[in-house]
Amino acid sequence: MDAPKPQFRRVAARAGQPAMLSFDGTTIRATTGDSVLAALLESGALIRRLEFGAEPRAGFCLMGACQDCWVWSAEGGRFRACTTEVADGMVLSAEPQLLGGADG
Amino acid sequence: MADIVIVGAGPAGISAAETLCAKGLKPVLIDEGARAGGQGYRRPADNLALDMNRLMGSEAGKYAALHRRFEALRAKIDYRPRTLVWAIDGNQLHLLQDGRAATLAFDRLLIASGAMDRVAPLPGWTLPGVFTLGGAQVALKDQGCLIGSRVAFLGSSPLLALAAKQYRDMGADIAVIADTTPFAAKAAALPALLRAPRTLLRGISYMGASLRAGTQMLHGVTPVAVEGEVRVEALLLRDAQGRERRFACDAVALGYGLKPETQLADLAQAEFAYDPDFRLHLPKIDGLGRARPGLYLAGDGVRIGGADAAEASGALAAHAILTDLGQPQDIELVRRLARQVERLRAFQRGLARAFAWPAAQIAALPDSVMLCRCENVTIGDVRMAMAKELGPIEVNRVKAMTRCGMGRCQGRVCGPALQEIVAAGRDGASAGRLRGQAPVKPIALAAAGDPA
Amino acid sequence: MSEHTSDVVIVGGGLIGAWTAFFLARRGQRVTLIEKGVVGAQSSGVNFGNLRLQGRFPGQYPLSLRSQALWEDFDALIGEDCEFEQTGHLYLAYDEEEHAKLESYAKVSESYGLAIERLGRAELKRRWPWLSERAIAATFSARDATANPRLATPAIARAAVRHGAVIRENTPVTAVDRSGDGFALTLADGGRLSCGALVNCAGAWALEIAEKFGETAPVFPAGPPQFVTEPFPYLIGPSVQAIDGSVIFRQIPRGNIILAGYPRTAADPANNRAPVPPAKTLAAMRALARVAPMLAQCHVIRVWSGIEAYLPDMIPVIGPSETTAGLFHAFGFCGHGFQIGPGVGLCLSEMIVDGATQTPLEPFSIGRFRSAAIISEKFRREFD
Repeated sequence: MDAPKPQFRRVAARAGQPAMLSFDGTTIRATTGDSVLAALLESGALIRRLEFGAEPRAGFCLMGACQDCWVWSAEGGRFRACTTEVADGMVLSAEPQLLGGADG
Repeated sequence: MADIVIVGAGPAGISAAETLCAKGLKPVLIDEGARAGGQGYRRPADNLALDMNRLMGSEAGKYAALHRRFEALRAKIDYRPRTLVWAIDGNQLHLLQDGRAATLAFDRLLIASGAMDRVAPLPGWTLPGVFTLGGAQVALKDQGCLIGSRVAFLGSSPLLALAAKQYRDMGADIAVIADTTPFAAKAAALPALLRAPRTLLRGISYMGASLRAGTQMLHGVTPVAVEGEVRVEALLLRDAQGRERRFACDAVALGYGLKPETQLADLAQAEFAYDPDFRLHLPKIDGLGRARPGLYLAGDGVRIGGADAAEASGALAAHAILTDLGQPQDIELVRRLARQVERLRAFQRGLARAFAWPAAQIAALPDSVMLCRCENVTIGDVRMAMAKELGPIEVNRVKAMTRCGMGRCQGRVCGPALQEIVAAGRDGASAGRLRGQAPVKPIALAAAGDPA
Repeated sequence: MSEHTSDVVIVGGGLIGAWTAFFLARRGQRVTLIEKGVVGAQSSGVNFGNLRLQGRFPGQYPLSLRSQALWEDFDALIGEDCEFEQTGHLYLAYDEEEHAKLESYAKVSESYGLAIERLGRAELKRRWPWLSERAIAATFSARDATANPRLATPAIARAAVRHGAVIRENTPVTAVDRSGDGFALTLADGGRLSCGALVNCAGAWALEIAEKFGETAPVFPAGPPQFVTEPFPYLIGPSVQAIDGSVIFRQIPRGNIILAGYPRTAADPANNRAPVPPAKTLAAMRALARVAPMLAQCHVIRVWSGIEAYLPDMIPVIGPSETTAGLFHAFGFCGHGFQIGPGVGLCLSEMIVDGATQTPLEPFSIGRFRSAAIISEKFRREFD
């Protein structure tokens, strides 16, 4: 299968520490300072699936207003991809990991 | 000393803070963003190799000056970036900072909350690859990325041509610039636009640049659909002559002008009135930006006016605060600022008439079109609810019956289009105003603190 | 009776008024329902949507059980869906004192034929692994349910119209007077109505009518702070309530979690305002995270409240006026009118058409306020 076509195209390089993150099991290479959304869309990933129909969504306003780019972290946390900066070692997914397991 | 809180560190908030500082006051400046500048003068991270002079064009000098002024100000104010105001209760702001809820009391509150794109839905607009026009600019300025390699610009705004120029300069192919407003409507609005000739010349120069570069610029289009399986593959339009035109592209930027982000003003109990030129319900303010005793509104968050108007209206609202605190004012300066704000906002009002929000096109959209991206509500769902016996006739009741506008964004995105579906060709005021409710943006349960 | 414009006029287009109009119209009565705003807009439309049977005031069980049967039959009866879900209701106890209270509730429920499951820690963990271990015991009533209050009242009102009822929205009543052995009403639009029977179910606004006819009740307006979260994977199942009154929540099949918190906040019916103090939202958020720790990162997207009418003994007024023949009251539902709404409507229709109802309604008489009102323990707990 062909590599997924990236949505975003980088035209200005970012100098900075590399940050590796994982999204739905795929490793994504980004740079500190990138937003999670830019990192995902530059890699060819989409962001999420709509809860009410499973259609893909990839953000819309990119400025924290439309709330259409929330992703899940492995720890059960939720990030708005367009206003969250990448951090090295982030483990993210479009769908939630198993909930309702052990709790404190 | 009075506790003055300014919300929003764009041009309006920064110039307000500056004005207050000059009189020896130390306001709190709260901003949701990580870096000051707001959306229009968004400041890129230092490590991004982006030539802002080139990107900002004729505005580059102002852009640099604003950031210089902010740096000079920073130590003299209580600046709180990455801080969301999620609710307002009497004279108390409820904040979200580093994932935790906090409160901040104020005596006087100046809200300069900025604007976001107003968007009209069309079939396929939820496909990955469709972004707002403002989003397309954020991707570039904030992330050094284009939203796609071949981009179509659709909407009703002079900013379509501006953003397309920036995109082309940065190496994008421009599939088309498609404006829903007929060329004749723009020509008819020229007299109003002449009140700000420099800005107009800038707009015309972008359109000229588009034509010289061989980019297709269409006026008076009817959007038909964004096409694609999983993501954007083409934009389908009907041109002014009624011919169907298909433009292959991998991204679409949608922009029908800006709309003030008025949620906080609403929670602060500003009164609203319908504005027929913008076809929006806007907070009522006096000539200096007072909404009610102790509440001041400035910048694009209350009236779309652009960066210059925002800056002047921020300073003006700060002068209103100083006046209300009993400080003597330079009357001539205040008058000059008020005239400037009035002139620039009148120009934007002219623009709003020239680049009209396509209310009739939206009212005529087919039932199958998605209206509420958050809750998956179609235009047909709304029309069906309204057609029932005892069916709703205004937007809040439609929301209650259909969930349109009830989701994560709380109607920010679909609100203006919902108004037109409910008005169904009538005056937009007849649809009523979608009331705001806290939280202004989603907040996690964990933000409330330790549950133990 | 035939000289009247209507057999029955109902003032107040909330859930109670709509059900009453429906049952009367179905019996062939000429019914006019008058609503100052739109149907189901106040507490009927903004309440939590709970159709809870366990833990109710004992004297209410005959009415409650009659009502539940009607909710269970909603789609056939009304011809529309109101998102009725028989999810069951889980009552949680955090300590032994609360456990004892649960047990006493359970005995009352069982005496009326309700099936109550008693659950210890291990069983709770097995069936609802997401529950925090703070709960030491619980009772579960499978017949309890939930529905969407925003949809229910308009749907019932439409069904009433199909049976011939006349519903007039955006029509405040400006005067109500005795006229012969019936009533004469003047409406804000200048219209006049006359009727043989008058039903006063005007919620937080009902006192004006009662006092016009020489009786009163210490009704006051308030609203519980409520919120809804973003859609989350569906896993909660029953509606869940802590018996300490700190929280009640449920998850709808779309995934959103709806919560009502306490204490309730004073509301302003004159200006149609039911504020939600953010501090109460935060307290309710903590209370929810305490019961369901896996929701810690779930986001609240909207808060609301609505004006509800309360009485200090936390028991509604339902039944005939003690001063005026032909006048019937149904108001002050104290935040638990949603479940009993259909039964109240049915009983009122029976009283009006047949002169009596088989369901005992003595505890709800307006006459109880002639002597000093009893203050309910629940009342002290659930208000500021």
